[in-house]
Amino acid sequence: MKHAIYYKSKEVVANTLIHIFLISVAITCLYPLLWMISSSLKTQEMIFKDISLIPHQFRLENYVLAWREGGFGRNFFNSIIYTVSVVFGIVIISSMAAYAFSRLRFAGSKFLFIIFMAAMMIPIPGSFVALYVLLNKLHLRNTPIGYILCMINVGLSTSIFLLKTFFDKMPKELEDAARIDGCSKIGIWWHVALPLAKPVLAVVIVFNALAVWNEYILALIIFDNRSYMPLQVALQSFQGEFVTNYPLLMAGLTITALPIILVYLLMQKYIIKGVTQGAVVG
Amino acid sequence: MKLRNSLENYVFVLPAVTIFAIFYVIPFIWVFQLGLFEWDGISFTKIFVGLGNFKEIFFQDVNWWHAMWNAGYITLIALTFQNILAFMLAWACDREIRMKNFYRVIFFIPPVLSEVVVGMAWRFIINDIDGANIINRMLIGMGLPQLAHNWLSDPNTALTTVAIVHCWKGFGWGFLIFLAGLQTIPRELYEAARVDGASAWQSFKKITLPLMVPVMVLVAILTVLGTMQVFVLIVSLVGGEFAGHTSVPVLRILASMRGSSRFGYACAQGITFGMVLIIISFIQYRFSKKGQ
Repeated sequence: MKHAIYYKSKEVVANTLIHIFLISVAITCLYPLLWMISSSLKTQEMIFKDISLIPHQFRLENYVLAWREGGFGRNFFNSIIYTVSVVFGIVIISSMAAYAFSRLRFAGSKFLFIIFMAAMMIPIPGSFVALYVLLNKLHLRNTPIGYILCMINVGLSTSIFLLKTFFDKMPKELEDAARIDGCSKIGIWWHVALPLAKPVLAVVIVFNALAVWNEYILALIIFDNRSYMPLQVALQSFQGEFVTNYPLLMAGLTITALPIILVYLLMQKYIIKGVTQGAVVG
Repeated sequence: MKLRNSLENYVFVLPAVTIFAIFYVIPFIWVFQLGLFEWDGISFTKIFVGLGNFKEIFFQDVNWWHAMWNAGYITLIALTFQNILAFMLAWACDREIRMKNFYRVIFFIPPVLSEVVVGMAWRFIINDIDGANIINRMLIGMGLPQLAHNWLSDPNTALTTVAIVHCWKGFGWGFLIFLAGLQTIPRELYEAARVDGASAWQSFKKITLPLMVPVMVLVAILTVLGTMQVFVLIVSLVGGEFAGHTSVPVLRILASMRGSSRFGYACAQGITFGMVLIIISFIQYRFSKKGQ
């Protein structure tokens, strides 16, 4: 009896210590974000004086100012448009290619697939220099379409890989049935393969959306006009212009961070699945 | 009929191959070509310098190697501090424990944020305003006012501060991958060990660690590739386009391109850096093969 109590209490102590450890790390994760949000609701003077996380007065004007004067409204819509069109492009283009690599026979298919996979592995840190030159030649620099095409390319290899892995494991019977019913190849891809691939498509969509929303370097070298810039780059140039207006900057940061946090909280199942799948594959 | 059939198949890969050829293959080839030239990015004439750019990188460019050292230092801290923390957290979560899902959700919030947001928010917390600097306030509160200072502009602490913020942003990746790895270890192994009278530490050392070696290598490779190429975080944390004494290789490439308009040199730096990355991951990979 004494033994059981001894072990029980030992376990309780261990569990408490583990929780203290985990909670302190969790607080460290959240604190800077709460601090950012709370500062975005203070006035410039209050930031210096009041360091509590919950401000005495909520100053929502900061958001209105950041949205209008700071121009973040415009950049917010740019980010939305880039994210949606790049993700849409990647889903269509990579799922077609992945389906072909998995199911259709044509000369050179192995070779092409290997090239795509090699691109996934080889890091070329200086490629943005050449990309800049290329876009200049094509007159696509400082244009939204140039940026969108570059970003579609960035997401292609990994998406093709994820989707092909899925299609390889998918049973063929449904496609055969559709073929007998007279469905064309494109029809089978669209009506049979894509709906079945929904769980992987969710992973592809979420990861590419995160990547595009958070992208910085290509947007930096491609865009000169602030009116084309996505949020990440606009924040930098905003900081250059309004160096000392911290509440406005924090409002801008919150506008940038909140959508991604919301998407993450809604889709975290797929994100965790994506990371762990990648780990198992790797 | 057969020809039409295979042409139809090509239609499926055509968009992907076209975009890939234009925006990946061409720049890839150009990087290697441009690396052999001296060119300002605008003029019609490029001057062929052969391996001159590479000679300059290896024998004259002190800034480049300093930047490489900085990235190496941050990577070392990420490899040790960040990954050990991630592993401990994963190990703590790999059991029947309340709020497990809560922790898992929270720990992955920093990784989904952009480096710009993380850098600027942290800059605001630890650098800019004396009144709002929480770390300094805590130090003063703990009776250590002599330690309170501007962490990011002091060359002695700047790089370590950058590294710690980088770890804050990145440990969630390692945590998730480690946790997934730990969960693949069959429970029966631990049960059997306990029946045989092994202590928790012994079963950790004899079961958990050896089975986790492949996962650790994977996390190590991902950490090195990710951390060596860090730069957006530094720009937004330290400020100034090329970040002075906390510069890193990608920032040097950007500086050669935008600062001194030496496109060829920037490409040569990119190639050198890419080679370094490939060699490091290859060594890690071989090391893991030997370990098994």
